[in-house]
Amino acid sequence: MSALLDVSRLRVRLPTGAGFATIVDGVDYTVERGEVFGVAGESGSGKTVSMLALLGLLPPGAVVEGSASFDGRDLLRLPRRDLRRVSGRDVGMVFQDPLTSLHPMLSVGRQLTEHVRRHLGLDRHRAARRAVELLEQVRIPDPEGAQHAFPHQFSGGMRQRIAIAVALACGPRLLIADEPTTALDVTVQAGILRLLDRLRRENELSVVLISHDLGVLSSIADRLSIFYAGRVVESGRREGVLQRPRHPYTRALLDALPHPEAGDTPLIAIAGSPPSVGSRPSGCSFHPRCPYAVAVCTADDPPLVPVDDRRLACHVDPFVA
Amino acid sequence: MIEPVALPGRGLGRRRRAAMRPAWRQPLALVGAAIALAWLLAAIFAPLVAPHDPLAQLYPPYQAPSGSHLFGTDELGRDVLSRVLYGSRISLPLALLLVALATAIGSVLGAIAGYFRGLVDGLVMRSTDLVFAFPAIILAMVVTAVLGRGLRNAVLAIVVVAWPAYARVVRGLVLSIGDSEYVQSSRLLGSSARRALYKDVLPNIAGQVLVLATLDLGNAILLLSGLSFLGLGAQPPDAEWGSMVATGTQYFQYWWMGTFPGLAIFTAVLAFNFLGDSLRDAFDPQTAWRAEDART
Amino acid sequence: MTTGPQPVAALELRDLEVAYEHRGRPRVRAVAGASLTVERGQIVGLVGESGCGKSSLARAAVGLLEPTAGSVRFEGGEVTPLTRRARSRELARLQMVFQNPYSSLNPRRKVGSQLADALTVLARVPRSGRRGRLAELLELVGLPATAAGRYPHEFSGGQRQRIAIARTLAADPSVLVLDEPLASLDASAQAQIANLLVNLSRELELSLLLISHDLAIVRHVADTVCVMYLGVMVETAPTRPLWDLPLHPYTEALIGAVPHADGAGFLPEALPGEVPDPARPPSGCRFHPRCPYAFERCPREEPALLRVVEGRSAACWLQTPEAPPARPADQAGRLATEGRLE
Repeated sequence: MSALLDVSRLRVRLPTGAGFATIVDGVDYTVERGEVFGVAGESGSGKTVSMLALLGLLPPGAVVEGSASFDGRDLLRLPRRDLRRVSGRDVGMVFQDPLTSLHPMLSVGRQLTEHVRRHLGLDRHRAARRAVELLEQVRIPDPEGAQHAFPHQFSGGMRQRIAIAVALACGPRLLIADEPTTALDVTVQAGILRLLDRLRRENELSVVLISHDLGVLSSIADRLSIFYAGRVVESGRREGVLQRPRHPYTRALLDALPHPEAGDTPLIAIAGSPPSVGSRPSGCSFHPRCPYAVAVCTADDPPLVPVDDRRLACHVDPFVA
Repeated sequence: MIEPVALPGRGLGRRRRAAMRPAWRQPLALVGAAIALAWLLAAIFAPLVAPHDPLAQLYPPYQAPSGSHLFGTDELGRDVLSRVLYGSRISLPLALLLVALATAIGSVLGAIAGYFRGLVDGLVMRSTDLVFAFPAIILAMVVTAVLGRGLRNAVLAIVVVAWPAYARVVRGLVLSIGDSEYVQSSRLLGSSARRALYKDVLPNIAGQVLVLATLDLGNAILLLSGLSFLGLGAQPPDAEWGSMVATGTQYFQYWWMGTFPGLAIFTAVLAFNFLGDSLRDAFDPQTAWRAEDART
Repeated sequence: MTTGPQPVAALELRDLEVAYEHRGRPRVRAVAGASLTVERGQIVGLVGESGCGKSSLARAAVGLLEPTAGSVRFEGGEVTPLTRRARSRELARLQMVFQNPYSSLNPRRKVGSQLADALTVLARVPRSGRRGRLAELLELVGLPATAAGRYPHEFSGGQRQRIAIARTLAADPSVLVLDEPLASLDASAQAQIANLLVNLSRELELSLLLISHDLAIVRHVADTVCVMYLGVMVETAPTRPLWDLPLHPYTEALIGAVPHADGAGFLPEALPGEVPDPARPPSGCRFHPRCPYAFERCPREEPALLRVVEGRSAACWLQTPEAPPARPADQAGRLATEGRLE
């Protein structure tokens, strides 16, 4: 069976005050059925924009090129109405701040039933039953009562659960979660991660989990892609990428991360800061910060090619086993 | 020990201009600026550009617009075009003056209220409430009625009506910026509250007050003309737009007498509103930040 | 107590209470009697979930908030809340770095002018030496001297946080209170700033009170960790032992919730429930409704923060002799059997 989502050569340019800025610069990835696919990268790496582009959620004027085959249909070429139907029913989205996706003035139950009635054509009673079911599924205590409450009456963690319930309302096959735990405490974050992990197993759901936190991705992602300056620099299975990173950037990110099990080792920071969108370096975008860079890195942008158990975009490949 | 980090290559100049450009690209801003400038020039050079003496009653009255009198003549045989041009010498400087006065009084009171809070704040805010409780033109009428008619009193009346808006805005900004982290931080670093007010708070307010003042210029012209229209402001034979419109309404069949001064008010008010709006887009930190965010 | 031969602590909070009152609403004790000590040159981490009173404590510690009870002492002297008058030169050596480097710098003033403020006001450096001192301050935080001529918006988040730190250094501080200084930064900037703070602390003998919700980073940086829950300290210990064997169930839960980026697929433990409303704290031990080990005594009496072993204190009835044998251990197993996972 083919992948659920197959994105290839995705390029996104957004209009700015002075011409266009390339935010996503030729990105390939696939999301298999029932897997959690992790997208890692620092802010400005294009990880969020690459997802929004698929659903036509970019600001007007954005130029999107490439293809994104979802279940055999190219999302980038669907007419706007069809795309809305697909994205409303088959794709659910969860954002960092649940308040952006929840309506502040509508009761939780209303928000859940509205989607279900519109996209699945359920009558009021069945929709209400479905709403309770969904709230149970995301472990909201007292789902019957919660239906009549409003988003602001819940804590951040509970709100995120409700946002997930709304995203799941129509039984999507793909859930895109963009930094769903970044605004939450670790104790609450753990709950959301466990929830996502259970949901994908119970519902045969594919999840795209976007996060800057490799720890978060390490806990539930099956495979992951590391984004840097609008490109994928390394992708592969979680164990491979995180235990034996091959790209200097992946390696550096891991070194910069505080490790719960590490001793008193100091953190190894990456020198410099990520390039801003307008001023990307020539060649490999990471070369100015890379301790392994050689002459070719400054000239040619390395393509993302299959290497051993993963795909890698690096001329040097300094950590080859 | 600590490695230096690279600085972004962009200079400030480029960035600032980038943030301003969209505002100036708006055609409305250009139109506003052009009209405002035209009126300003008209006011300065009225004796040179006006074809006739605005007060001279030398021509046949009630003449329709023609080659010799582009805007026609009024009931006393004065040239309407010249009167409209000379009218800008009353409306513009007085509007500028009264907005400056209102801004100064309002800003100082607002800053005092925001800085001292407590009782002073309560007093200032209640008096703004008092002013806001009446429609501006009614209150201005009452004040001129008490002070007596005449342009000077009309200006004072409008200042009385206009200052509370500035007081409110400045007070709000002083309060919010005063609680901002950069002010708190500068206080912890040893700045007295007064120093922080001068160094950190007021400079961040200036831009927004300027925007408000520009937007208010249009209002001021309108109010001033309104009072004159009602006979409380400019007195005959002064060439003032509002009083000219008032006269024009008595002679409906001679449409040019009221229409041209009316158009003058209309264009001047519109110009300052356009200008204020585009200034707001350029100066308002929120929109400026947003423009910046879009580029990163 | 503070007199006598033993050295005075750099910063000492004793039974600090910060309460907020709004008309028509119950009094909220954001900090409900918390004590902590930062010794000279020490880095103390303060961790806890959001809403536990960390920020209120930080603000009270530097005098931005007036505590409703308890005391704050900086190098032996009392920290008085800010008034309209300028802060004394002595107190200006107690500084604070805020979470958001976007709102803690004045957007309309050049970096140099903001840094020079403290030099001018406190007059610690003669006028002629200010330029050099500016460059020195910027170099201390790893920025070139040319940064002085730029505006804050020309810098990235990490660079702005460096500037904010440099500005506090202008006051020649001995204690820095840092309220989530890393929370809004990307991973690579986070590591840079964390290392910078450790280096500065060592080089300048700065004492740091680092407030963070991120235990993992605190672990790398702090010498001692204080764990706060709903306005009170529940555990205080040197970093390494705390991590190896937490004495309070809440500390154990916090550590268990930290994800590991080792690719092994470790699912962090969730702590059931949420931080209760500080306006209506639970009876007895404030943590008991969420505690997997709670027993009869916990809802009835509030445990005090008591020394358990040398250098370690915990506020938990489990650590008292009369506690039942169930000690914090294998929380995951126990939670799982109770069906409280997730």
